[in-house]
Amino acid sequence: MKQVKVYGPGCSRCALTAKMIEEAAASLGIPVKVEKITDMADMARHGILSTPGVVIDGKVVHAGGLPKIETINGWLNA
Amino acid sequence: MTEHSYAPASSETVEPWKWLAGVGAALVVWLLLYRSLIPFSEWVVARLPVDRHSHLGEALAFFIYDTPKVLLLLTLVVFAMGIVRSFFSPEQTRNLLVGHREGMANVLAAALGVVTPFCSCSAVPIFIGFVSAGIPLGVTFSFLVAAPMVNEVALGLLFGLVGWKVALAYLAFGLSIAVVAGWVIGRLGLEHWLEDWVRNLRADVSQDVSSAPMTVIDRINAGIDAVKDIVGRVWMWIIAGIAAGALIHGYVPSDTLAAIMGREAWWSVPAAVLLGIPMYSNAAGIIPVIEALLGKGAALGTVLAFMMSVIALSLPEMIILRKVLSLRLIAVFIAVVASGILAVGYLFNLLFS
Repeated sequence: MKQVKVYGPGCSRCALTAKMIEEAAASLGIPVKVEKITDMADMARHGILSTPGVVIDGKVVHAGGLPKIETINGWLNA
Repeated sequence: MTEHSYAPASSETVEPWKWLAGVGAALVVWLLLYRSLIPFSEWVVARLPVDRHSHLGEALAFFIYDTPKVLLLLTLVVFAMGIVRSFFSPEQTRNLLVGHREGMANVLAAALGVVTPFCSCSAVPIFIGFVSAGIPLGVTFSFLVAAPMVNEVALGLLFGLVGWKVALAYLAFGLSIAVVAGWVIGRLGLEHWLEDWVRNLRADVSQDVSSAPMTVIDRINAGIDAVKDIVGRVWMWIIAGIAAGALIHGYVPSDTLAAIMGREAWWSVPAAVLLGIPMYSNAAGIIPVIEALLGKGAALGTVLAFMMSVIALSLPEMIILRKVLSLRLIAVFIAVVASGILAVGYLFNLLFS
């Protein structure tokens, strides 16, 4: 089970990113738990400055802008 | 809000040269449109049932000419900067700033503020991110002053509507204010005025977000995304600003305005700065107003002081920053930046007389 955290102040891109990851995981058949986190302190601790930021199993994989679908598949398959 | 499609862009199937050719063709169309602005607006106004030289006729001509002009300029500038900004990110900017001494770092922070992607919604994450990475408070402020004030929208529109000299002077003085204000705040040593949780936060900057290398096509797409995002977000401000500019252009008598905002009135610079603090507008919305005020004989320094104050010292941004800064620190920030703007206002009035 991959722990996915999507960081952002509740912007529409953040919500969309979380949804894209859930859908990609479902289509790949990979079990994930996607969480949306708005806490700025937690975000800063990970060194993320631009949103949406994505952390998978404690590792920062993305910061700023909507990720591409191929990129998401790459994270999930890693 | 722009719709984002899930489907991956079919960038693999199209050759990069076709994208570049597309950009070239779009530029030609842009140029043709831009050059037909005056004939087009005069043609439209001539068909309206109002006298061209009446107050209403002047106001309408201003509005009909300026709206497409500003939108065209904005689209071009935002597209170009979207491409430039695809080379920068707040994380890279932070890593560039860590470990520089104050002084040099203030200059670097202000310069990076111009090219780093920024919106007022990202002010807090960037502020916390910088401070928690050990970047001095003053350097962080240099960035936070420059980023909203000296941005591509302000510069591009000043260049297009008021002229290159003013745009260049705005860039130089805007950066100077950011550097000096940040440096002064740094000298004051106000770190203990930060909210406790911010001061105690230590960021993990070891994790480098290794983004995939971008292709030419990706960068062109970044430009297109920026246009969709920014033009989609600010067009209402622009229409409102042009409407205000049109009213000034058509109805406000020149001698009245020159008396209030002219060079002779020494108190008009501080008044303009004070007036600008509670007001909030985007650079794109305020510049048509600036254009109209200048056309009516307002002094350049006074008008630019007003513009800088509206953009750089905005109440909504202060309220957002209140999450991480104490009220005292916000007061110092406003005082230092307002003094800088005041100095620039007087200096401009001296230089461009």
